[in-house]
Amino acid sequence: MLNPGLVLFEEDSRLIDKELQKLNQLARAKVSFLVDKDGQLIASIGETGDIDTTSLASLTAGNIAATGGMAKLLGEKEFSILFHEGEKDNIHISLVGQRAILVVVFDDRSSLGLIRLRVKRSVTALTEVFDKLAEKMAKTDSQQGGSSPFTEITEEDIESLFG
Amino acid sequence: MSFINYSAREISCKIVYYGPGLCGKTTNLQYIYKKISPDSKGKMISLATETERTLFFDFLPLALGDIKGFKVRFHLYTVPGQIFYDASRKLILRGVDGVIFVADSQVERMEANLESMDNLILNLKEHGFNLEELPYVIQYNKRDLPNAVPVKEMDEALNPRKVPAYDAIAPKGDGVFETLKDVAKLVIMELKKKS
Repeated sequence: MLNPGLVLFEEDSRLIDKELQKLNQLARAKVSFLVDKDGQLIASIGETGDIDTTSLASLTAGNIAATGGMAKLLGEKEFSILFHEGEKDNIHISLVGQRAILVVVFDDRSSLGLIRLRVKRSVTALTEVFDKLAEKMAKTDSQQGGSSPFTEITEEDIESLFG
Repeated sequence: MSFINYSAREISCKIVYYGPGLCGKTTNLQYIYKKISPDSKGKMISLATETERTLFFDFLPLALGDIKGFKVRFHLYTVPGQIFYDASRKLILRGVDGVIFVADSQVERMEANLESMDNLILNLKEHGFNLEELPYVIQYNKRDLPNAVPVKEMDEALNPRKVPAYDAIAPKGDGVFETLKDVAKLVIMELKKKS
Protein backbone atom coordinates (compact mmCIF):
# COMPACT_ATOMS: atom_id res chain seq x y z
CA MET A 1 0.00 0.00 0.00
CA LEU A 2 1.36 3.39 -0.96
CA ASN A 3 1.73 6.20 1.54
CA PRO A 4 -0.45 9.07 0.37
CA GLY A 5 1.22 12.49 0.11
CA LEU A 6 1.09 14.53 3.28
CA VAL A 7 -1.39 17.40 3.35
CA LEU A 8 -1.11 19.87 6.19
CA PHE A 9 -4.01 22.25 6.83
CA GLU A 10 -3.71 25.55 8.68
CA GLU A 11 -5.25 24.31 11.92
CA ASP A 12 -2.89 21.30 12.02
CA SER A 13 0.00 23.62 11.34
CA ARG A 14 -1.05 25.82 14.27
CA LEU A 15 -1.28 22.83 16.62
CA ILE A 16 2.17 21.61 15.57
CA ASP A 17 3.73 25.06 15.94
CA LYS A 18 2.16 25.45 19.38
CA GLU A 19 3.53 22.10 20.56
CA LEU A 20 7.00 22.87 19.17
CA GLN A 21 6.96 26.30 20.86
CA LYS A 22 6.09 24.68 24.17
CA LEU A 23 8.78 22.03 23.77
CA ASN A 24 11.44 24.50 22.75
CA GLN A 25 10.70 26.72 25.71
CA LEU A 26 10.31 24.07 28.40
CA ALA A 27 13.29 22.04 27.19
CA ARG A 28 15.40 25.22 26.94
CA ALA A 29 16.36 24.14 23.42
CA LYS A 30 17.85 26.27 20.64
CA VAL A 31 15.78 24.91 17.78
CA SER A 32 13.03 22.33 17.48
CA PHE A 33 11.74 21.11 14.18
CA LEU A 34 9.57 18.48 12.68
CA VAL A 35 10.43 16.63 9.48
CA ASP A 36 8.45 14.27 7.30
CA LYS A 37 10.14 10.85 7.02
CA ASP A 38 10.53 11.57 3.29
CA GLY A 39 12.77 14.55 4.14
CA GLN A 40 10.36 17.49 3.86
CA LEU A 41 10.44 20.12 6.60
CA ILE A 42 7.04 20.39 8.30
CA ALA A 43 7.70 23.10 10.91
CA SER A 44 10.57 24.76 12.74
CA ILE A 45 10.72 26.90 15.88
CA GLY A 46 13.53 28.73 17.66
CA GLU A 47 16.88 30.20 16.62
CA THR A 48 16.65 28.99 13.03
CA GLY A 49 18.39 32.06 11.58
CA ASP A 50 21.78 30.56 10.73
CA ILE A 51 20.56 27.04 10.08
CA ASP A 52 19.82 25.64 6.62
CA THR A 53 16.67 23.85 7.78
CA THR A 54 15.87 22.40 4.33
CA SER A 55 19.20 20.57 4.15
CA LEU A 56 19.01 19.59 7.80
CA ALA A 57 15.55 18.09 7.19
CA SER A 58 16.79 16.04 4.26
CA LEU A 59 19.87 14.80 6.16
CA THR A 60 17.76 13.98 9.23
CA ALA A 61 15.45 11.83 7.12
CA GLY A 62 18.49 10.15 5.54
CA ASN A 63 19.93 9.56 8.99
CA ILE A 64 16.70 8.01 10.29
CA ALA A 65 16.36 5.90 7.13
CA ALA A 66 19.93 4.62 7.46
CA THR A 67 19.45 3.86 11.16
CA GLY A 68 16.18 2.08 10.35
CA GLY A 69 18.10 -0.04 7.83
CA MET A 70 20.67 -0.90 10.51
CA ALA A 71 17.88 -1.80 12.95
CA LYS A 72 16.36 -4.21 10.45
CA LEU A 73 19.71 -5.91 9.88
CA LEU A 74 19.93 -6.49 13.63
CA GLY A 75 16.36 -7.76 13.85
CA GLU A 76 15.08 -4.62 15.61
CA LYS A 77 11.90 -2.90 14.45
CA GLU A 78 13.52 0.52 14.63
CA PHE A 79 15.77 2.70 16.75
CA SER A 80 13.36 5.37 17.86
CA ILE A 81 15.87 7.81 19.37
CA LEU A 82 19.18 9.14 18.03
CA PHE A 83 21.50 11.48 19.85
CA HIS A 84 24.53 13.28 18.44
CA GLU A 85 26.85 15.11 20.80
CA GLY A 86 28.95 18.02 19.60
CA GLU A 87 31.39 20.40 21.28
CA LYS A 88 28.76 23.12 21.69
CA ASP A 89 25.53 21.88 20.17
CA ASN A 90 23.83 18.52 20.40
CA ILE A 91 21.02 17.00 18.36
CA HIS A 92 18.28 14.76 19.72
CA ILE A 93 16.21 12.98 17.07
CA SER A 94 13.11 10.89 17.74
CA LEU A 95 10.35 9.28 15.72
CA VAL A 96 6.79 10.58 15.91
CA GLY A 97 4.55 7.67 14.94
CA GLN A 98 5.22 6.31 11.48
CA ARG A 99 5.21 9.60 9.68
CA ALA A 100 7.41 12.26 11.24
CA ILE A 101 10.70 12.95 12.98
CA LEU A 102 11.17 15.41 15.85
CA VAL A 103 14.57 17.10 15.98
CA VAL A 104 15.77 19.18 18.92
CA VAL A 105 19.04 21.12 18.85
CA PHE A 106 20.34 22.18 22.26
CA ASP A 107 23.48 23.44 24.02
CA ASP A 108 24.64 23.58 27.64
CA ARG A 109 21.66 25.72 28.64
CA SER A 110 19.77 22.43 28.70
CA SER A 111 20.60 18.79 29.44
CA LEU A 112 19.98 15.44 27.78
CA GLY A 113 17.71 14.36 30.64
CA LEU A 114 15.47 17.42 30.32
CA ILE A 115 15.36 17.08 26.54
CA ARG A 116 14.38 13.40 26.74
CA LEU A 117 11.63 14.14 29.25
CA ARG A 118 10.11 17.03 27.28
CA VAL A 119 10.51 15.25 23.92
CA LYS A 120 8.66 12.21 25.25
CA ARG A 121 5.67 14.38 26.18
CA SER A 122 5.70 16.25 22.90
CA VAL A 123 5.94 13.05 20.89
CA THR A 124 2.71 11.86 22.54
CA ALA A 125 0.98 15.16 21.73
CA LEU A 126 2.29 15.28 18.16
CA THR A 127 1.37 11.65 17.51
CA GLU A 128 -2.22 12.61 18.33
CA VAL A 129 -2.08 15.50 15.87
CA PHE A 130 -0.80 13.18 13.12
CA ASP A 131 -3.37 10.49 13.90
CA LYS A 132 -6.14 13.08 13.52
CA LEU A 133 -4.51 14.38 10.35
CA ALA A 134 -4.43 10.85 8.89
CA GLU A 135 -8.15 10.46 9.68
CA LYS A 136 -8.88 13.80 8.05
CA MET A 137 -6.88 12.89 4.95
CA ALA A 138 -8.67 9.56 4.63
CA LYS A 139 -12.02 11.35 4.87
CA THR A 140 -11.00 13.99 2.31
CA ASP A 141 -9.86 11.22 -0.05
CA SER A 142 -13.16 9.41 0.19
CA GLN A 143 -15.05 12.64 -0.43
CA GLN A 144 -12.78 13.42 -3.40
CA GLY A 145 -11.71 16.69 -1.69
CA GLY A 146 -11.55 19.05 -4.66
CA SER A 147 -9.80 21.73 -2.64
CA SER A 148 -6.31 20.92 -3.95
CA PRO A 149 -4.52 23.83 -5.59
CA PHE A 150 -3.71 21.49 -8.47
CA THR A 151 -7.28 20.91 -9.60
CA GLU A 152 -7.25 23.82 -12.04
CA ILE A 153 -3.64 23.62 -13.12
CA THR A 154 -2.72 24.03 -16.78
CA GLU A 155 0.32 23.14 -18.90
CA GLU A 156 1.10 26.88 -19.10
CA ASP A 157 1.30 27.11 -15.30
CA ILE A 158 3.92 24.38 -15.29
CA GLU A 159 5.82 25.92 -18.22
CA SER A 160 5.99 29.23 -16.34
CA LEU A 161 7.99 27.57 -13.55
CA PHE A 162 10.87 27.04 -15.94
CA GLY A 163 10.72 30.54 -17.41
CA MET B 1 5.48 11.57 -1.49
CA SER B 2 4.43 15.11 -2.14
CA PHE B 3 3.80 17.41 0.80
CA ILE B 4 1.14 20.11 0.53
CA ASN B 5 1.32 22.73 3.27
CA TYR B 6 -1.73 25.01 3.22
CA SER B 7 -0.36 27.12 6.04
CA ALA B 8 2.94 27.98 4.34
CA ARG B 9 1.27 27.72 0.90
CA GLU B 10 3.94 25.35 -0.34
CA ILE B 11 4.07 22.11 -2.27
CA SER B 12 7.17 19.90 -2.15
CA CYS B 13 7.92 16.97 -4.44
CA LYS B 14 10.79 14.47 -4.45
CA ILE B 15 12.57 13.56 -7.66
CA VAL B 16 15.23 10.83 -7.70
CA TYR B 17 18.01 10.38 -10.28
CA TYR B 18 18.75 6.66 -10.63
CA GLY B 19 21.25 4.78 -12.78
CA PRO B 20 24.48 2.76 -12.78
CA GLY B 21 27.74 3.97 -11.23
CA LEU B 22 29.46 6.87 -13.02
CA CYS B 23 26.53 7.43 -15.43
CA GLY B 24 26.34 11.15 -14.55
CA LYS B 25 23.60 11.53 -11.94
CA THR B 26 25.67 13.84 -9.75
CA THR B 27 26.87 15.72 -12.86
CA ASN B 28 23.21 16.45 -13.72
CA LEU B 29 22.67 17.99 -10.29
CA GLN B 30 25.94 19.92 -10.42
CA TYR B 31 24.95 21.45 -13.76
CA ILE B 32 21.50 22.41 -12.47
CA TYR B 33 23.08 23.91 -9.35
CA LYS B 34 25.54 25.91 -11.48
CA LYS B 35 22.90 27.30 -13.83
CA ILE B 36 19.96 28.06 -11.58
CA SER B 37 19.72 31.52 -10.03
CA PRO B 38 20.66 31.75 -6.34
CA ASP B 39 17.09 32.82 -5.43
CA SER B 40 15.71 29.53 -6.71
CA LYS B 41 18.09 27.06 -5.12
CA GLY B 42 19.26 25.94 -1.72
CA LYS B 43 22.60 24.46 -0.81
CA MET B 44 23.66 21.31 -2.68
CA ILE B 45 24.64 18.54 -0.31
CA SER B 46 26.85 15.68 -1.49
CA LEU B 47 27.52 12.75 0.77
CA ALA B 48 30.46 11.35 -1.16
CA THR B 49 33.65 9.38 -0.60
CA GLU B 50 37.06 11.03 -0.76
CA THR B 51 37.24 10.05 -4.42
CA GLU B 52 33.96 11.91 -5.05
CA ARG B 53 31.88 8.78 -5.55
CA THR B 54 28.38 9.20 -4.11
CA LEU B 55 28.25 7.37 -0.80
CA PHE B 56 24.68 8.00 0.30
CA PHE B 57 23.03 10.72 -1.79
CA ASP B 58 23.28 14.18 -3.31
CA PHE B 59 20.52 16.62 -2.47
CA LEU B 60 19.53 19.83 -4.21
CA PRO B 61 16.40 21.77 -3.21
CA LEU B 62 14.84 23.98 -5.91
CA ALA B 63 12.03 26.51 -5.53
CA LEU B 64 11.21 27.43 -9.08
CA GLY B 65 8.15 29.60 -8.65
CA ASP B 66 4.47 29.69 -7.80
CA ILE B 67 1.47 27.86 -9.17
CA LYS B 68 -1.98 29.07 -8.09
CA GLY B 69 -0.38 30.94 -5.18
CA PHE B 70 1.55 27.93 -3.92
CA LYS B 71 5.35 27.88 -3.92
CA VAL B 72 6.44 24.76 -5.79
CA ARG B 73 9.56 23.08 -4.40
CA PHE B 74 11.38 20.18 -6.00
CA HIS B 75 13.84 18.21 -3.93
CA LEU B 76 16.32 16.48 -6.23
CA TYR B 77 18.17 13.42 -4.97
CA THR B 78 20.69 11.08 -6.56
CA VAL B 79 21.37 7.52 -5.43
CA PRO B 80 24.81 5.92 -5.14
CA GLY B 81 25.22 3.97 -8.38
CA GLN B 82 27.73 1.36 -7.32
CA ILE B 83 26.19 -2.10 -6.93
CA PHE B 84 27.24 -2.69 -3.30
CA TYR B 85 25.42 0.41 -2.06
CA ASP B 86 22.03 -1.15 -2.69
CA ALA B 87 20.80 -0.77 0.89
CA SER B 88 21.37 3.01 0.73
CA ARG B 89 19.87 3.22 -2.76
CA LYS B 90 16.67 1.63 -1.55
CA LEU B 91 16.33 4.18 1.27
CA ILE B 92 16.50 7.16 -1.07
CA LEU B 93 13.47 5.93 -3.02
CA ARG B 94 11.25 6.34 0.02
CA GLY B 95 8.44 8.77 -0.79
CA VAL B 96 9.59 9.40 -4.36
CA ASP B 97 7.26 11.38 -6.66
CA GLY B 98 9.21 11.06 -9.91
CA VAL B 99 12.21 9.15 -11.27
CA ILE B 100 14.84 10.06 -13.86
CA PHE B 101 16.81 7.04 -15.03
CA VAL B 102 20.22 8.19 -16.28
CA ALA B 103 21.67 5.61 -18.66
CA ASP B 104 25.33 5.54 -19.69
CA SER B 105 25.39 5.41 -23.51
CA GLN B 106 28.76 3.64 -23.73
CA VAL B 107 28.46 0.15 -25.20
CA GLU B 108 30.45 -1.43 -22.37
CA ARG B 109 27.98 0.02 -19.81
CA MET B 110 24.83 -1.43 -21.37
CA GLU B 111 24.83 -4.40 -19.04
CA ALA B 112 25.24 -2.07 -16.06
CA ASN B 113 22.29 0.00 -17.35
CA LEU B 114 20.07 -3.07 -17.58
CA GLU B 115 21.14 -4.27 -14.16
CA SER B 116 20.42 -0.85 -12.63
CA MET B 117 17.01 -0.70 -14.32
CA ASP B 118 16.08 -4.12 -12.88
CA ASN B 119 17.33 -2.93 -9.51
CA LEU B 120 15.18 0.22 -9.74
CA ILE B 121 12.05 -1.82 -10.47
CA LEU B 122 12.81 -4.17 -7.58
CA ASN B 123 13.61 -1.43 -5.06
CA LEU B 124 10.50 0.54 -6.02
CA LYS B 125 8.41 -2.58 -5.48
CA GLU B 126 9.75 -2.88 -1.95
CA HIS B 127 8.36 0.61 -1.26
CA GLY B 128 5.03 -0.36 -2.84
CA PHE B 129 5.63 1.56 -6.07
CA ASN B 130 5.22 0.34 -9.61
CA LEU B 131 7.54 2.02 -12.11
CA GLU B 132 4.81 1.81 -14.74
CA GLU B 133 2.55 4.05 -12.67
CA LEU B 134 5.18 6.53 -11.54
CA PRO B 135 6.16 9.78 -13.33
CA TYR B 136 9.31 8.60 -15.04
CA VAL B 137 11.67 9.70 -17.82
CA ILE B 138 14.94 8.36 -19.21
CA GLN B 139 18.10 10.25 -20.06
CA TYR B 140 20.70 8.77 -22.43
CA ASN B 141 23.83 10.47 -21.17
CA LYS B 142 27.34 10.71 -22.66
CA ARG B 143 26.02 10.97 -26.23
CA ASP B 144 29.28 12.68 -27.25
CA LEU B 145 31.41 9.60 -26.66
CA PRO B 146 32.58 7.66 -29.74
CA ASN B 147 31.47 4.31 -28.32
CA ALA B 148 27.87 5.47 -27.70
CA VAL B 149 25.20 2.92 -28.58
CA PRO B 150 22.66 4.21 -31.17
CA VAL B 151 19.57 5.71 -29.50
CA LYS B 152 17.29 3.24 -31.27
CA GLU B 153 19.13 0.32 -29.67
CA MET B 154 19.09 1.99 -26.26
CA ASP B 155 15.36 2.53 -26.62
CA GLU B 156 14.84 -1.12 -27.46
CA ALA B 157 16.86 -2.27 -24.47
CA LEU B 158 15.83 0.23 -21.81
CA ASN B 159 12.58 1.85 -22.83
CA PRO B 160 9.95 -0.74 -23.78
CA ARG B 161 7.27 1.51 -22.26
CA LYS B 162 8.27 4.38 -24.59
CA VAL B 163 8.43 6.98 -21.85
CA PRO B 164 10.01 10.33 -22.77
CA ALA B 165 13.75 9.82 -23.37
CA TYR B 166 16.35 12.59 -23.77
CA ASP B 167 19.85 12.57 -25.23
CA ALA B 168 22.30 14.31 -22.94
CA ILE B 169 25.86 15.42 -22.40
CA ALA B 170 25.54 16.33 -18.74
CA PRO B 171 28.81 18.25 -18.16
CA LYS B 172 27.84 20.60 -21.02
CA GLY B 173 24.24 20.73 -19.88
CA ASP B 174 22.77 19.25 -23.06
CA GLY B 175 19.48 17.60 -22.19
CA VAL B 176 19.82 18.25 -18.45
CA PHE B 177 17.02 20.80 -18.02
CA GLU B 178 14.84 19.11 -20.66
CA THR B 179 14.88 15.91 -18.60
CA LEU B 180 14.16 17.69 -15.32
CA LYS B 181 11.40 19.81 -16.82
CA ASP B 182 9.66 16.78 -18.26
CA VAL B 183 9.64 14.77 -15.06
CA ALA B 184 8.56 17.86 -13.08
CA LYS B 185 5.66 18.28 -15.48
CA LEU B 186 4.66 14.63 -15.09
CA VAL B 187 4.85 14.89 -11.29
CA ILE B 188 2.59 17.95 -11.20
CA MET B 189 0.13 16.41 -13.65
CA GLU B 190 0.03 13.33 -11.40
CA LEU B 191 -0.81 15.57 -8.43
CA LYS B 192 -3.56 17.12 -10.50
CA LYS B 193 -4.92 13.68 -11.34
CA LYS B 194 -5.01 12.76 -7.65
CA SER B 195 -6.68 16.02 -6.58
